[in-house]
Amino acid sequence: MDSSAAATADTPLAIQVEDLRKSFRIPTHRVDSLKERMVRPFSARDYRELKALDGVSFEIHQGEFFGIVGRNGSGKSTLLKLLASIYRADHGRIRMAGRLAPFIELGVGFNVELTARENVVLNGVMMGLTPQETRNRLDAVIEFAELDEFVDLKLKNYSSGMLVRLAFSLMLEVDADILLIDEVLAVGDAAFQQKCADAFHEMKAAGKTIVLVTHEMSTVEQYCHRAMLISDGRIEHLGDPAEVGRHYLRLNFESDTSEPESRPAHGSDEEVRLLDIWIEDAAGERVTNLEHGDRIRLRAELEAGRDAPGGLGVGFVLVNADGVGVHEFGALATDSYGSPQLSAGKRVAISAEVENLLTPGRYFVHCGVSRANNSGVALYEPKALGFVVFGGEAHSRGVVTLATEIEAVAR
Amino acid sequence: MSARPAQPLREVSGPSALGGGSRRFFDLLWLTSVTEFKRVYFGTVLGYLWSLIRPLMLFATLLFVFTQVFKIGSEDVEHYPVFLLLGIVLFTFFQESTTNSVTAVVSQEGVVRKTQFPRLVIPISTVLTGVFNLGLNLVIVVAFLFAFGVDPTWTWLLFPFALALLFVFTAAISMALSVLYVRFRDVAIIWTVVAQVLFYATPILYPVNFKENYEHLLMINPLAVIFEQVRIWVLAEPQAPTVVEAAGGWLGLLPAAVIFVAVCVLGVWTFNREAPRIAEEL
Repeated sequence: MDSSAAATADTPLAIQVEDLRKSFRIPTHRVDSLKERMVRPFSARDYRELKALDGVSFEIHQGEFFGIVGRNGSGKSTLLKLLASIYRADHGRIRMAGRLAPFIELGVGFNVELTARENVVLNGVMMGLTPQETRNRLDAVIEFAELDEFVDLKLKNYSSGMLVRLAFSLMLEVDADILLIDEVLAVGDAAFQQKCADAFHEMKAAGKTIVLVTHEMSTVEQYCHRAMLISDGRIEHLGDPAEVGRHYLRLNFESDTSEPESRPAHGSDEEVRLLDIWIEDAAGERVTNLEHGDRIRLRAELEAGRDAPGGLGVGFVLVNADGVGVHEFGALATDSYGSPQLSAGKRVAISAEVENLLTPGRYFVHCGVSRANNSGVALYEPKALGFVVFGGEAHSRGVVTLATEIEAVAR
Repeated sequence: MSARPAQPLREVSGPSALGGGSRRFFDLLWLTSVTEFKRVYFGTVLGYLWSLIRPLMLFATLLFVFTQVFKIGSEDVEHYPVFLLLGIVLFTFFQESTTNSVTAVVSQEGVVRKTQFPRLVIPISTVLTGVFNLGLNLVIVVAFLFAFGVDPTWTWLLFPFALALLFVFTAAISMALSVLYVRFRDVAIIWTVVAQVLFYATPILYPVNFKENYEHLLMINPLAVIFEQVRIWVLAEPQAPTVVEAAGGWLGLLPAAVIFVAVCVLGVWTFNREAPRIAEEL
């Protein structure tokens, strides 16, 4: 894969995008009728500006298989629509070499009221062929799609599998230089997917430029020479598909961690206050997600609201997303001389380091403080902190992954 | 690796009315119109009959009302039934094309939002489909012309010129309506009313000179001018006033001409302005 990526780097450019910007105006109150417009002539001016693309520049070489990944709403589909001339850019420019199949979805130009024959001709012309060229290729399209008996059947009587086959073989026969594809590989049965895969390898070999938009990382890693990760309308990472995949995974989990419920402001008369709780990485930076295997460096700060002559015991419970307790740990708070006695206003810094055997997923930390003379709970904060573990054995069904030696020997 | 010759980079300008070159535009326009026409005629059992029955029913009803009840027709117009039928057929073309255009862009949502489809094809193909219908309906009109003993004259050859004017006018209105409907859904209702008013403001049921002093007013309507000219060219009635006479001189035709040009310019301008943004508004 690396060798082919190097090979395409020498070929001329197929697509060049410079500083592309596109924003949508989202009316806070949509004016759908003339009457509303007249009654409230100025209300239509209430717009929220949504920056779908915010200064995107990249280049794709001829013969390259280029993947674009991103979460929903990251701007990847907007980018594709700009490339396909469905939207007009606010700023920046796009240049392309060769003929583009102006389709971003399989079979979107089909009219179910028409027969396969009519649809192939109509869609072929939409894709830039002349009617004559399309008629010449009709047989090849129908043959590849294995639909010879159904060529004069209206598409409304087709099964969805037949439709996809027709659309896909049409796309292949149209023979465009640049193809834009939005999430098509997930359709069809296994046999058809294999056919798609073969076709893609053929196209790769034929030196076609293919831009694939997906959120299926495995597809990108399987086919693409290079990939690009988009987040919030900007390029987050561009380069090796595997590298982009790692970034994508991290990004997914990062934004998945919602802020823990904001702690209510505690009154000063409280016995103990939890001032702060967080997890750090090795460099001391606060993080909200951890890779499996990275030690959990939990930090917290407490303040004693009143004198605690017997001292305070601080405890934490680590639970997974289902609320199952995974691990509990705690310590007795002492001052710098080792005495457990705490006076009002004293702050306690807690620093714990826990081995991370957790399977990927979401976790929460409950925080509790008890009076050391066993006279009850001074503070209990459920879900004081939330974090995400990623990486590791993604398909593990356990709560933790334990070091295991296993063998299965046939006798 | 790349066997293809290197191609130069070209600027991608984004969506537009004609998007993708004029050859592709005309190919698509023709294909879309023909397939839609075929769909209507071969898709239903009585296909062609249905499109014929509507104007014929209207014709029969109006013929009865205006010859038996009000007796306007028969006195001033020599071949009133032919006059009425011709008017109805032409107006049906105008009304159906514009009304169908209103929802045309919105109903082609998938194509507009997901392919680079030249936007102008949508309203124009709707009008073109209307032209095919008109062609078939005119066959009936010709049959009536001979049945009622209207003598063929050389001015029949000028009829296509009037049709061309009507086509341009219809297309311009269709263009504006199709994109305005994307943003304002009540355009559909408004247009139904306006089309109804236009039907009565055009000399279809009555001759242009049915009453003194009204003919100047009528001649402000560009459709009235076109329909009156068709009457003169096709029916060749000696007592029918020419458009110039009806308008009270060449100057009287000025308002209609101004309106005609203004509608065309506005239609094209509106369409061009909205076309690049249709995909986002839908």
